[in-house]
Amino acid sequence: MIYRETGQFRTSYASDQQLFPILQDRVLVIGFLAFAFVVVPFVASDYLFRAILTPFLILSLAALGLNILVGYCGQLSLGTGGFMAVGAYAAYNLAVRIPSLNLIVVFVLAGLCATLVGALFGIPSLRIKGFYLAVTTLAAQFFLDWLFSRVGWFTNDSSSGSVAAPPLELFGHPIQGPAEKYLLVLSIVSVFALLAKNLTRGAVGRSWMATRDMDVAAEVIGIRPLYAKLTAFAVSSFYVGVAGAMWGFVYLGGWEPLAFDVNRSFELLFMVIIGGLGSILGSFLGAAFIVILPIALNRLPSALGVPLSTATVSELELMVFGGLIVFFLIAEPRGLARLWAIGKEKLRLWPFPH
Amino acid sequence: MQNRLRIKAAALALAAAGALAWAADAMAQANEIFVPVLVYRTGPYAPNGVPWADGFVDYLKLVNERDGGINGVKIAFEECETGYATDRGVECYERLKSKKPVAYSPLSTGITYALTEKAPGDHIVLITAGYGRADSVDGSVFRWNFPLLGTYWDGADILVQHVKTKGSLKGKKIALVYHDSPYGKEPIEALQALSKKEGFHLLLLPVTHPGVEQKATWLQIRQQRPDYVFLWGWGVMNSTAIKEAIAVAYPRLQMYGVWWSGAEPDVVPAEQAAKGYNALALGHSAENDRPVHKDIMKYLYEKGKGTASDRKEVGQVLYNRGMLSAILTVESIRTAMKKYGNGVMTGDQVRWGAEHLNIDAGRIKQLGVDGMMVPVHTSCMDHGGAHSARIHTWDGSSWSYTSGMYTADYKLLRPLVEESATKYAKEKGISPVDCAKEK
Repeated sequence: MIYRETGQFRTSYASDQQLFPILQDRVLVIGFLAFAFVVVPFVASDYLFRAILTPFLILSLAALGLNILVGYCGQLSLGTGGFMAVGAYAAYNLAVRIPSLNLIVVFVLAGLCATLVGALFGIPSLRIKGFYLAVTTLAAQFFLDWLFSRVGWFTNDSSSGSVAAPPLELFGHPIQGPAEKYLLVLSIVSVFALLAKNLTRGAVGRSWMATRDMDVAAEVIGIRPLYAKLTAFAVSSFYVGVAGAMWGFVYLGGWEPLAFDVNRSFELLFMVIIGGLGSILGSFLGAAFIVILPIALNRLPSALGVPLSTATVSELELMVFGGLIVFFLIAEPRGLARLWAIGKEKLRLWPFPH
Repeated sequence: MQNRLRIKAAALALAAAGALAWAADAMAQANEIFVPVLVYRTGPYAPNGVPWADGFVDYLKLVNERDGGINGVKIAFEECETGYATDRGVECYERLKSKKPVAYSPLSTGITYALTEKAPGDHIVLITAGYGRADSVDGSVFRWNFPLLGTYWDGADILVQHVKTKGSLKGKKIALVYHDSPYGKEPIEALQALSKKEGFHLLLLPVTHPGVEQKATWLQIRQQRPDYVFLWGWGVMNSTAIKEAIAVAYPRLQMYGVWWSGAEPDVVPAEQAAKGYNALALGHSAENDRPVHKDIMKYLYEKGKGTASDRKEVGQVLYNRGMLSAILTVESIRTAMKKYGNGVMTGDQVRWGAEHLNIDAGRIKQLGVDGMMVPVHTSCMDHGGAHSARIHTWDGSSWSYTSGMYTADYKLLRPLVEESATKYAKEKGISPVDCAKEK
């Protein structure tokens, strides 16, 4: 009833091809963005900004990048943590060695460094597929772990292996407060999400999806596998590199190599699988599930007033979280985004389902 | 069937989304000072984290029960589980910030590095007693960090001083088996400077987190036969290292651990075979009969309010260290109250208190920790306050002191501290304060 598109006639190709052809969709998305940009900075607490929203947004950007690679192009990758590290350390070296660079330029250049590294480690994808490719990218992860741990140049010869990002400032205006950092991250993530949505709808995106679905058939009809797979690796690594740079600069402030270890790669892969492979919304939903749900579970006992020791709460959190992952994957193996899509389908018929 | 399951899943997702917006916090009462307790009671570092946490919390409870708080102001505290992970530590920091904490003791050098970026902006003190950044001794750059009792550079220097008493180090080989994290890498700079000065060859052997895979490391040690092995491990890495040393028959008498690698959870798994293992004692060892322990038993455990699940934990090495960390936090607050009056202190006031700590022998006796710590005297130039330690050795069933008190050589270490602090100040754009002008 609410979600019917009766009466909405598209009279031009442009209006038919737009991102959100249904009026209700447009209203929802623009309303949500307006809320996130205009209302949240004044209403949310410091804790929400610094511990929930900022890490959620940054990791959803990384999940978006990984979704492009795994969900849209079908190339399994376990090296995402390493590519985030490349972005973070590249941004650090640029910011420390060339202090006069604009922050956005630093992030973009860091993303480009990650692109080069990602494309390099993506070359094996032209010969191997599936789990074997996962192993190659895992090798990339461990190699990059080792590189940033052992080669002193990347950490500016820090004795402890930890690096501290220089203070953020954009066009002369320092970015220190949590609301400002949140807005910076939100702007970057919205732009990148829009770019990703359009990329996946275009020719490049269709070549990715064709390669994912049946790569031999795709090659037969004229899609060059080299081009499709390497662009997927390149675009994905760019997103992941920028996310890594933001993770180090905006969220953590200072980091050690463990911040981008193999657990981070697995975490991002789980975000993409639970959120929904091949879906932009899925990356965000998966990131929310993996980032925010454990914190909510950790705080639930004290919020409900149940006195438990911190050790018990942590163990319970792990058990409940694991149980929820299993439950959601049994209920809907195609992820949370598919649940949302089915919900929308049902809403079109409600209250008269058939 | 699949449909019904889908509906249930959707309902659950909506419920979870509702729970996410929850931010119900109990504010600390009006006349209470809030001390957050970042602990790890789970994960591979839990065997060492649990006694430290119990000691810390027990002392805070004791101050409330026995003294009615600090000069009448009760201490409110809350634990937060970090699991030794930096991002969890940062989340705990943010979570507890709304309750107006005055000082954090994260018990992790990695989390300390991350919080060093945030604490100055939030005006919260970081008391890193026996860990943290070695260069944060320089208070002109690190205004809010207090590596009280000793840093890892102090520890490295003291270990070298001690092994030097057994014979000149020229031409000898010392291996550093370290946890591959900021904690383990911290002493490397000092040890490299010392190896140049004393003429010994330094062999660096990193062990990846969590530290259970050390077979390759110890085979290398068996091959290279260093004269001494310095162990800079934590959690299960310590007990694994000692068991591997037994397996390759490396004499425990030649092994020296830092003060975080010399506690009961590390040697008890190997039992009698760990006999002869030495470690640094940060002023204290496993004393359990001082007046403060008697008070803890009387006011807490006799009344069933103790934190540790096993009474025998009271007085163990890490329990004592957690207790001393809490003592230093409480004394900083008390020192601040001397200047600012007996009320709820703010972060700035406690910072002043931590920078003007003067715990002399008389006060140590009053606190009931006689013989467990050296006098602590902080200043703007020296946020460490004390730089002494001695060696204690495990004899199969207990620890005993096997050396006198050493003091770190700041003629060698101070230039290193200042160089590192200056580099940090330059990177972050901090202008160091002039300590001569500080009151």
